[in-house]
Amino acid sequence: MKEFTPAPDSASIVSVTDRVKPVALGMGVTSVHFLGPRAAFVGGEENVAFVDSKGEITTVAVHSGGILSAASDGKRLIMGGDDGKVVALDAKGEVTLLATDPKRRWIDAVALHADGAFAWSAGKTATVKSGKLEEKSLEVPSTVGGLAFAPKGLRLAIAHYNGATLWFPNMEGSAEFLPWAGSHLGVTFSPDNKFLVTTMHEAALHGWRLADNRHMRMTGYPGRVRSMSWSAGGKALATSGADTIILWPFASKDGPMGKEPAMLAPLQARVSVVACHPKNDILAAGYSDGTVLMVRLEDGAEILVRRNGTPPVAALAWNAKGTLLAFADENGDGGLLEL
Amino acid sequence: MSEATSQKIPVTVLTGYLGAGKTTLLNRILSENHGKKYAVIVNEFGEIGIDNDLIIGADEEVFEMNNGCICCTVRGDLVRIMDGLMKRKGKFDAIIVETTGLADPAPVAQTFFVDEDVQKNARLDAVVTVADAKWLSDRLKDAPEAKNQIAFADVIVLNKTDLVTKPELAEVEARIRAINPYAKLHRTERCSVALADVLDRGAFDLDRILDIEPDFLEADDHDHDHDHHHHGHDHHHHDHGHGLKHYHDEDMQSLSLKTDKPLDPNMFMPWLQNLVQVEGGKILRSKGILAFHDDDDRYVFQGVHMMLEGNHQRKWKDGEPRESRLVFIGRELPEEAIRKGFESCIVS
Repeated sequence: MKEFTPAPDSASIVSVTDRVKPVALGMGVTSVHFLGPRAAFVGGEENVAFVDSKGEITTVAVHSGGILSAASDGKRLIMGGDDGKVVALDAKGEVTLLATDPKRRWIDAVALHADGAFAWSAGKTATVKSGKLEEKSLEVPSTVGGLAFAPKGLRLAIAHYNGATLWFPNMEGSAEFLPWAGSHLGVTFSPDNKFLVTTMHEAALHGWRLADNRHMRMTGYPGRVRSMSWSAGGKALATSGADTIILWPFASKDGPMGKEPAMLAPLQARVSVVACHPKNDILAAGYSDGTVLMVRLEDGAEILVRRNGTPPVAALAWNAKGTLLAFADENGDGGLLEL
Repeated sequence: MSEATSQKIPVTVLTGYLGAGKTTLLNRILSENHGKKYAVIVNEFGEIGIDNDLIIGADEEVFEMNNGCICCTVRGDLVRIMDGLMKRKGKFDAIIVETTGLADPAPVAQTFFVDEDVQKNARLDAVVTVADAKWLSDRLKDAPEAKNQIAFADVIVLNKTDLVTKPELAEVEARIRAINPYAKLHRTERCSVALADVLDRGAFDLDRILDIEPDFLEADDHDHDHDHHHHGHDHHHHDHGHGLKHYHDEDMQSLSLKTDKPLDPNMFMPWLQNLVQVEGGKILRSKGILAFHDDDDRYVFQGVHMMLEGNHQRKWKDGEPRESRLVFIGRELPEEAIRKGFESCIVS
């Protein structure tokens, strides 16, 4: 019942909405990443908008068309576009062309490794490029849904139809197929490198324990999961897709096998995006009605960051220190919160 | 509902057997001076020479939904492309999906029923099938894909009519009508058809199920074959007063049901649900306008294989006959069982 203004005497949610610096980006937004001290809002097409701590906006052109994918390590932002290009943007706002698909196919997915290697996909082909290594490509049986680098070693997970493929790009013949029927879209490794989790076209996640490839089915969502975020230290995986934040436990060696997820911050709207705080057991969640909440993992205590009544929240991110939270809805109305 | 519908981007699915003229029609649509921008999803680049529009190459990747429904297949590539296109909303007015000549239209259509995100932003407008007047009759005999495309169509562009004689044209039309008497049929040379006849048809819009298909009301006039079934299977064509030959297709048929007595919704709904669950693999398309007992609203539904959607549409008008009409197009439909099932839903 959070859409009604509570009566003055009723218990009300703690609000920090008055401390948010509003940002009007004036463009459709799909994600946000911190590059140095500035927040970089990725537009639906063509541009990235940097926003500094004063709320000042600087727009940089990165693609000549739709921006389909983005990944960041805090130092640079890598994007793939429907212009067939892979580009990088650094904290100074400099754009570098990293690769061009020879057939100008859409760059559907990108991933960035901590050591600077990066990967992209066009159609069924995933390609990895690192400083030392030549460009290496792998073709999987169907279109790539998502890419993720393992936290250790140069290993790439490729989500596609009917499973995921794990691949060491500098080891010939190392591709290992993890089957599971259905279309796999997003993919992420647990920070301890023990689990691989995919978001599926169906309203479900699928997971594999990498030691023995045991399956983990994570179902029960009313809608497709589009956003996943590991809590500090990787003890839990927070996801969107339901009208509460769904938090799967990953602290034990069995991960979520045989366990129920925690359900936090229920609203009468779907969670559209989640972002865990990098250091503390707190997360931020954006909802389909425009609400943004900060939620304590331990007890589900909520702080209101942004009120409802707008299009869905599409972008949400913390800076590396966890002192700044940036967000924006699909139409580009956003904000910055300093903690 | 209508307003929400109109804000969604219309999607036209263009099918047709190899060589029928899909690319000709596509080029015609794109080059006409209509002031609109299209996003076109094609299988082969290079054949379309229009700069102004977004052309996207696709691999037809069909996958089964994990929902235990065997015929519930969707085009995964389309889900992905729609997702990407929605980032460029406002840059185009409509989407055209061209399928390969051998494609089954069902997974394309089902993508627009099943996928939540696709459904939020786009609406299926119509399945348009281009057919070759000279070769279609042959293809209907040897290519099940061609038959599927005819059965599935809302609009049929019967092309290359200049290459056939009048009797040949009459024969191919009769063969089309034996499979799908409900689609709008346009005879063309070089796909010369008015854009309004193929675009913005609203064929999947529940509100327009009747408006756009006057054929639907006179369904029985075209559907003599089935009325004759009770008197024995008549496989041979027979001439009617107006000179049109009527064929019976061995494999693919349409079945129309009608009653002027009210239906019991508590009987009908479970029956229909069960029918599409059990026979959904065979039923390609279904549509209906229903008059329920003690209900002043018309109920309309439509379906693709096992997927159904329906809604109360509007009040029955004064003097409007409260009739229920259903149409099924499908393969080897168990006609007797369907008729009996339907009749058991009539309030006696």
